[in-house]
Amino acid sequence: MATEFEELGAVPSFTVTLFVRRFNPEDGQEARWQDFDVEVHGTDRVLDALHKIKWEMDGSLTFRRSCAHGVCGSDAMRINGRNRLACKTLVKDLDITQPIYVEPIKGLAVEKDLVVDMNPFYQAYRDIKPFLIASDKPEKERLQSAAQHSKFEDTTKCILCAACTTSCPVFWTDGQYFGPAAIVNAHRFIFDSRDEAAEVRIDILNDKEGVWRCRTTFNCTEACPRGIEVTKAIAEVKQAILRGKP
Amino acid sequence: MSIVIEQPRSPRSRKSANWEKYGWLYMRASGVVLIFLIFGHLFTNLFLGEGIKAIDFAFVGGKWSDPFWQVWDLLMLWLALIHGTNGMRTIVNDYTEREAVRKTLVWSLWSICAVLIVLGTLVVFTFDPCPAGAAAELLPSFCPAK
Repeated sequence: MATEFEELGAVPSFTVTLFVRRFNPEDGQEARWQDFDVEVHGTDRVLDALHKIKWEMDGSLTFRRSCAHGVCGSDAMRINGRNRLACKTLVKDLDITQPIYVEPIKGLAVEKDLVVDMNPFYQAYRDIKPFLIASDKPEKERLQSAAQHSKFEDTTKCILCAACTTSCPVFWTDGQYFGPAAIVNAHRFIFDSRDEAAEVRIDILNDKEGVWRCRTTFNCTEACPRGIEVTKAIAEVKQAILRGKP
Repeated sequence: MSIVIEQPRSPRSRKSANWEKYGWLYMRASGVVLIFLIFGHLFTNLFLGEGIKAIDFAFVGGKWSDPFWQVWDLLMLWLALIHGTNGMRTIVNDYTEREAVRKTLVWSLWSICAVLIVLGTLVVFTFDPCPAGAAAELLPSFCPAK
């Protein structure tokens, strides 16, 4: 029986089984599941469990992470079939009576283990011109009212983790589709009163591979770790295209 | 001296008409009209008067002699077939990987749709409610044989 001292402030720990999707381009084998039994604390996140595997069990496990606090957007992965940030998902919040499945995000080529090639994703982001386009010289601040800002405030929260785009069934089969993240970032400038190139971005997204491929399945809204209403933003861009202006 | 910063890339020129936009609009507009048309069709056929027991050759023949129901059924036919085929086309576009397969499937879909629309339109406009030599009790009340 535990002593009173141990009970006070003790964080419960438990063992979970992680099935991690492994792929090594150099060994010539297909991708496969590998299981690890990991001792974790109640405060640990999936990222901590992956660290434990990499640091104590198998150093060859490869995954991206940078800030580890839900801001940099490096560690989006498919955990138990849902796109999440490994650094924002507590192990105790998952069903720990079952194994936890961790695999790379879908729709982008896997480079190694949980690392995917993000270039097609970034290219779609570049294509929508994700920067302020204004004709006047930047000599003083460009003023904006709170009401004007509120139109696009939600979409400024994007961290480009690709959780939304790689949860989209249209993107899985058609890598040419701009994808939710690129449309969210276009939305951020289309509805910005200081920006002057809304029509240009509207024109770019009024494409065969633009907003009209969206089937409003809401996978993106559900996947977004920042809580952005992605499908709503896409619908607002559709409306803007029909109007021809924001 | 101030520095002139060029725009990184010149804006894209306006493309020609984009069918995806009109397709998307059509699906919404036709969907709303179809809800009204289909439920109106079901209501008049199945609830009004004697309801489903009234449906026979005479009932259908009588309806298609009335220009109002000809237009109603024609609208339902065209809107529903194009709506359905366009829906199938988007599914094909979403889930086929090989371009040749995609083209074949989309082409087949529109061909079937066109045949059905032509046949259906022909029937709605050329339907003879009083065919010669038919049993009198099956014909609508306005037929001379009655």
